[in-house]
Amino acid sequence: MKPIVEVKNLAVEYTRGDQKVRAVAGVDLSVGAGEILGLVGESGCGKSTLGKAIVGILQGAEGEVTFDGQPVTKIGRGQRDAHFRNLQMIFQDPYGSLNPRRKIGDQIADGPRIGGVSKGEAIEKAASLLERVGLPRNAVERYPHQFSGGQRQRIAIARALAISPKVIIADEPISALDTSSQAAVANLLVNLVEEFQMGLIFISHDLSIVRRISDRVAVMYLGKIVETGKTEEIWNFPAHPYTKALMSAIPHADGKALVLMSRCRSHSMMGEKSLVSCKMQVVRLKP
Amino acid sequence: MTLLSVRNLTVTLMTGSGPADAVRNLSFDIERGQILGIAGESGSGKTMTALSVMGLLPYKGKASGSINFDGQELVGFKPRDFRRIRGKDVAMIFQDPMTSLHPMLTIETQLTEHLRHHRKVSKSEARARALELLDTVKIPDPKTALKAHPSQFSGGMRQRIAIAMALACQPKLLIADEPTTALDVTVQAGILKLLDELRKSQNLSVIVITHDLGVLSALTDRIMIMYAGAEVESGLTSQVLTRPRHPYTRGLIDALPDSGADGKRLIAIDGMPPELGKFPSGCAFHPRCSFAQSECKTGVPNKVDIDGSRRIFCSVDPFDTSDSSAGVSR
Amino acid sequence: MASRFGNSNSIWRQPLAVVGIVIISFWVFAAIFAPLISPYDPLAQDSDKFLTPGALHWMGTDELNRDIFSRVIYGARISLPYSILLVVLSALLGSIIGGISGYFGGRIDAIIMRLTDMFFAFPAIVLAMAVAAALGPEIRNAVIAITIVSWPVYARLVRGLILNAKQNDYVTASSLLGSSSLRTLVVDLRPNLAGPVFVLASLEVGNALLLLSGLSFLGLGAQPPAAEWGSMVSMGAVNFDRWWVGLFPGLAILSAVLAFNFIGDALRDALDPRTAKALRD
Repeated sequence: MKPIVEVKNLAVEYTRGDQKVRAVAGVDLSVGAGEILGLVGESGCGKSTLGKAIVGILQGAEGEVTFDGQPVTKIGRGQRDAHFRNLQMIFQDPYGSLNPRRKIGDQIADGPRIGGVSKGEAIEKAASLLERVGLPRNAVERYPHQFSGGQRQRIAIARALAISPKVIIADEPISALDTSSQAAVANLLVNLVEEFQMGLIFISHDLSIVRRISDRVAVMYLGKIVETGKTEEIWNFPAHPYTKALMSAIPHADGKALVLMSRCRSHSMMGEKSLVSCKMQVVRLKP
Repeated sequence: MTLLSVRNLTVTLMTGSGPADAVRNLSFDIERGQILGIAGESGSGKTMTALSVMGLLPYKGKASGSINFDGQELVGFKPRDFRRIRGKDVAMIFQDPMTSLHPMLTIETQLTEHLRHHRKVSKSEARARALELLDTVKIPDPKTALKAHPSQFSGGMRQRIAIAMALACQPKLLIADEPTTALDVTVQAGILKLLDELRKSQNLSVIVITHDLGVLSALTDRIMIMYAGAEVESGLTSQVLTRPRHPYTRGLIDALPDSGADGKRLIAIDGMPPELGKFPSGCAFHPRCSFAQSECKTGVPNKVDIDGSRRIFCSVDPFDTSDSSAGVSR
Repeated sequence: MASRFGNSNSIWRQPLAVVGIVIISFWVFAAIFAPLISPYDPLAQDSDKFLTPGALHWMGTDELNRDIFSRVIYGARISLPYSILLVVLSALLGSIIGGISGYFGGRIDAIIMRLTDMFFAFPAIVLAMAVAAALGPEIRNAVIAITIVSWPVYARLVRGLILNAKQNDYVTASSLLGSSSLRTLVVDLRPNLAGPVFVLASLEVGNALLLLSGLSFLGLGAQPPAAEWGSMVSMGAVNFDRWWVGLFPGLAILSAVLAFNFIGDALRDALDPRTAKALRD
């Protein structure tokens, strides 16, 4: 499969005080049409920064990101090149990603209108997209505060869909949602990927959901991708100690064993890059 | 021995459109040294239940029914009475430990202030106790930690410090509201283990409020599932999570990514949890329930007792296996 | 509009706001129907000078034999529209400058903010006096002078609000959809600014009225023989032994300024707490 988004040796550096911290330290990855790539790691591992760098909203990112063959330009003051508008992002917090003071229809219609579609047509499209993501058509006339978190995330998805993107980068799209909405929004994303043959980079700290919906997984630790491959292969034969530890630390609804990693985390805030070997300790909380 | 006994608790809040019941007719018990989990989605009333035990209901919020804590009736308690037991007998930790830690004060100041307020001990005694507490919650190098500010710690360490503060006066009951939701899985495991050890070493009773069934499975002895302010199912954790009897509990478990059929699609519960003040009549879950009958729309759900230790509130009880009509495999 | 300004603390539930609205309604009524209300022509000099208040002249007469009551009523025709014009002008100017400052940031922002610091360092009336004196004593020049000294508060507010709003994911989302900076500013951020700026403006009407009266008092605003409250007070100051000459126009200024502030305060409280906090900061 020919990749749509290709990332080569991407690096992002922050200056914290007088020391430099590499949030992303040389990452290669790619995603193709109709493919879901799960990007997992713990908070502070650089996965969100990586997502932002790929779409071009981080000015300080270095390295090469190509979208459909062309190097992605960084977002500037002017209009974004029409080619790169097909690279979209969905954010974790559905409260912050929608403007509270604008009608939902107007917000979804923004993309097509900037692309030159008339207002009436764009609103019409917004209404049908709302229907597609499982909301009533008349939601175009309403404001974000009239909807729950899960519904807002659907609205944010509809806004990205309005310009028929080829790749969506979803940064923790379901982790702020209620249990019953999580499954529904995840299903929606899976359906849309198949229907429109989009590529999806699904960034999450939750291995169980990534395992379920992704075709491939990339495990990120301290700014680097420590392991990548087909989901089932990684799940069945994790090669990297960090992947193993991450997988076994999830408490399952039916399982009782928990794995503690006492020595695994070297502090990413301190700017360390190397991964010390994980000392695992299996704990049984209950008999 | 029962530490907390809640009977027919109803919590009424003032909303923009008048009073609304956030918790409805709730009853449960906690034994000493027991960990009870309360699960539910946002708006299910799980946090309001905890706040009514703490006497921290929002402005114009009112609790009725009975909350018997260690022989005292808390319903009708004055704010002054609550101040006397809060922090001393009942303590609480939150999802974001920064809400209970002061960002500008050292850990020592925060831990000792607390002790000196409730226990009237000398400064050096308080400091010794603070060191001991940090050691209990497994903060490496407690002496250095005392001098540090909250921002110098990672999220997991902060939560440990918040727990240390909560434990300062040796409370009998600790309420943990989403204690690990903001933490990474690897850190989460450590906090869960700590809570489990505390319950054993200090005979502490713990209420854990979370929507994460995995956390409940690993930590709790009993769980209660809430929906729209009311209990839908409760019982021993191992039984409820492996053989759910209420359609809502079953829906929650089926919606988890690691259960259900193969393939990428998850099994979602249709619809959305109702908002406060708009709870449906009858069984509040009936609009989303695929087993709903006409009686669910109007009548109060039947209480079904199972094996003495377990109960569900459902008039249909579709997963009743006693007559072996439905094969429940999970 | 109900959703924009929040409806939980309707301003009608706040007694002071109602008082303010009643007073302002009175002055608006007076301004509109001045010819019908006032018993005399405000410019006519056909009585005696310095008559004490009485049945014929409710507020007495001034040194040019004019009826003070009629002049106070006519004064509303100058003070109210001009003070509203003033806040509209300064709010517009300030929002544009603050918008540029907040959105573009960097050096432009630094320069504009130091400029506002300079304005804040001077008492507004002193600065307005200097500008008005340089331009020449005329009410139009007074308006320009007051606008020049009052925009910085709006610029500060708008800049702060934009800096806050810029961090929102919806601004990022909007730029990913192809929105240019200018479009984002106009389409995405403007609705967030309208409410707070409106509230600040309503709080500033009283200030504008005071500044205008102050300039007129100093002879730099409305020119004789126009009936303007500030210049009438100044005439009272010269004749301070005739208490009624300055007292009644002074009370008119006091009542209008207080009333505008009551309304502004109530509007601020009626807004959601977050925006209200942004205003106080």
